[in-house]
This record gives sequence, C-alpha cells and structure tokens, in this order.
Amino acid sequence: MQIHLSDDGVPLYQQVVQQIRHRILSGQLSGGDEMPAIRTLAERLRVNPNTIARAYRELEQAGLVEKRRTRGTFVSASPTSMSAKGKREAIEPAIDQLLVLSQGLGVDAKELSQWILRRDEELQRKRGESS
Amino acid sequence: MNNVQASVPDAVVVENLSQRFGRTEALNDVSLTIPQGTVFGLLGLNGAGKTTLLRHLLGLHQPRVGSVRVLGCSPITDREKVMRRIGYLSEEDSLPTWMRVRDLTGFCEAIYPRWDRAYAAELCEWFELSPDAKLRSLSKGGRARAGLIAAIAHKPDLLVLDEPGSGLDPIARDDILQAIIRTVSLEGRTVIFSSHLLDEVSRVCDQVAIMHQGKLIESMPMMAVDERYEEWILRSRDETITTQHARRDCPVEAGLGWHQEDGEWSLLVPRQSELSPTALPPEWQWIESRHVTLKRLFEAHVRAPRQSVTAEARDDQTSGREGATMETSS
Repeated sequence: MQIHLSDDGVPLYQQVVQQIRHRILSGQLSGGDEMPAIRTLAERLRVNPNTIARAYRELEQAGLVEKRRTRGTFVSASPTSMSAKGKREAIEPAIDQLLVLSQGLGVDAKELSQWILRRDEELQRKRGESS
Repeated sequence: MNNVQASVPDAVVVENLSQRFGRTEALNDVSLTIPQGTVFGLLGLNGAGKTTLLRHLLGLHQPRVGSVRVLGCSPITDREKVMRRIGYLSEEDSLPTWMRVRDLTGFCEAIYPRWDRAYAAELCEWFELSPDAKLRSLSKGGRARAGLIAAIAHKPDLLVLDEPGSGLDPIARDDILQAIIRTVSLEGRTVIFSSHLLDEVSRVCDQVAIMHQGKLIESMPMMAVDERYEEWILRSRDETITTQHARRDCPVEAGLGWHQEDGEWSLLVPRQSELSPTALPPEWQWIESRHVTLKRLFEAHVRAPRQSVTAEARDDQTSGREGATMETSS
C-alpha cells in the first residue's frame, strides 16, 4: 500500500487509519483482502510497529478489518457494518473543521446544514447526469 | 512490539543519577525507566547530557550519585556480561579505517558469542557493502552502515544509538531507521537512541524523553504528545505586546512555549485543562487549534524554560517590552 505519512502533527496511526479506511470504504480494498503484516508495513513506512498495531486495532473496532488468529488481518466481508458511533467518530473531525470555518464567516449551524443538503442534491444530480 | 505493561521487565532503570565534570553539571537527578521492547528516543540540544547518560548505560562512567541498571545488571560490575548483550553505534566515525569490512565482522564474531554470521552477510548485501572493501575507502554513509552491522548482527537485547543519523545522507539515515524497526520487531528487543532529527524520532519511537541542561524535563509515550497538548494560534490586538506580558495578560497560565510572529501567537495548552479558546478575554482572538508535533513540543521546552520566564513576568514591570526577542526569534 502506498501510504503517505506527513509530519504535520496528525498522529501517525490516525493517518494510517484514514488512508486504509478510505481504501476500504471506496471499494479499492474489498472484503477478504489480506492486509500487510504489522511488521512488514512498519518496516516499509519506517514507523514503530505499535503505530501500525494501533491503527489496525482502530480499524478492527470500526468493523473494517478482522483479525484471524495466526493468519493475519483481513478486510471485513461487509465493511459498511460500521457502528453508528464509529461512523460519527469518523466524520466528526471534518464537521468540526466546517463549524470553525462557518462560525468565522458568521454562518450559523442551521444555515450550514441547509447548505450541506443543497450541495448533496447538486452532487447527486451531477452523478445522475454523468451515468 | 510489546505494549507497555507492568509485567514486561525493564531494559533500563536509571535512578536519581547525577554526574559532574568539574564545575559542569552534566546530569542532574535523572530517573528513567525503559521497558523491554520499547524504542526510546532521547532528545536534547548539544550539551544537554544525552551522551553522558548513554555512556552510563555502557558502563563508561561510574555513577557517584544514583544508580544504573541495564538488562537487570550493573554495567560497571557486570560490564562484560552486559556489553555482550548491547549493540552500540555512536555519531563518531570511530571504526579502525585500516580494516576491511570482513575484518570488522570477523572481529565482532570473535567478541560476541551470539554473532549471527548469516545475518551479518545479509546486512552487507542489503547495504551493498563488499566484504573486501577497506573501511577507509567507504563513504561516511558506508562506514556508518558498517558500524550498524557491527552493532546489530549479534542481535543485541539493547541497541544504543548516539545520534546515528547526524551528518548522513537521507538514504543512509533511512537504512538506520529500518534497522531500528527490524531490531525492535525481533521479540523483546529494546532500542534507545538520541537524535536531533525530530521527525524521525516521532516516527520510530514509542517513548520520548526531553533533556535540557542535564535534567530530564519530560518523558512520555510518543502517542501522548498529541493527547496531552494542543497548539493554539491566537492574535493579540496589542501588537507591541511582549512574551512576558502575553503570559501575564492572557489567562492561559498553563500555556507552554509562547512564540510570536507578526502579532500572532502560538502556545501549547494541556488538553486536560479547563481552558477553552472561546473563553479568552476580548483582546485575544483565537485563530485555530493544531496538532502538536514533537518538534513544537521540544522547542517549547528548550527555548522557554518555564521558571525563568514566570519569574521575569512577576518581577518585571518596567523594562519589559524588549525582552521577548530571545524567545520569539526562530
């Protein structure tokens, strides 16, 4: 996996979680695919093995991967079975950023939520047109 | 690869260690514990005491005040036993340059009962070092790699690296990092290394300690850096304000590493505190919160020693406004 780690302060395990989560949720990794061994990925990325172990643990708790004893870590068969709490936790940082930005511009949360809905409709329409 | 647990024995235990060289206090009441299986990063400016501390682990200094245990033994009285289980690489280019690579590995094989000839050969190949090459003819990076082989091919229980990457090219540094990860991936092995390359430290370490003027001022799991602090970026409406006044006027007493650029301030705030960026007085505007990098935390500790600045802020009422330059220049 071509995982890119930046040194801008976002904890490394979170960067690993985000990039693997993206690959799973967008279907680039599918159910049953084997994940690289912790050691292998740690050596490749030049990071502490505990960082990868923690990232895998988070992905496991989110229902995205599963450990099979002695055989390694695999992408879950139905990765969309993420718990509501897990989904919220995955989205929350982006929401926080939006809120900060909109508060700075004097846009209240209600207006912001309407913009989100409107934008979603726009994007769905575009997708409909292109397919 | 162990998680830090109470049941894991400690590879290194240093208690209340002090060391003077003449009038210089090289180590001042240093205590630290490194559990087995940890990659421990030791940070500090030149002269902070890192090398002295590492030399104590190798039995090269005798503790007068305090004690040192390495792999359960004293590195002074059990020196031979301890040294067989330790690998060591220093920043100095101190290998005997008249030797060939094969002489060096042969020499190590004679000293270390656990020397792994096949592993040494594998490392030579990986580093593209010819066994016939004279150490003198190698580049600095090549000699560092040869030194690394001598330090790790006996699969030491403790690997001590004193600024291993300094002055080396990025590829050589990368080889060293990979060797560190490999070493710790072998069960239960411990690595302690000192470095100025904070991005590298934050990647490979699970525990970091910051030394300053002979004292160990902070030691914590690498993952706790982000859990313990966040960085706030603030703007003060008073553009002439100095560091001392900022510390007094802005009610973030626990803030660390105040640093100003063009009226914008950066400081580290403990996450557990009751402080909220929305509760600042009107002269202060909050711009954003950021993740804290190890580099930022390190600067906060070594650039602005807490006690001296608070002392200044308390008794300095008149001359204040030019005093900030020392801390704010970068």
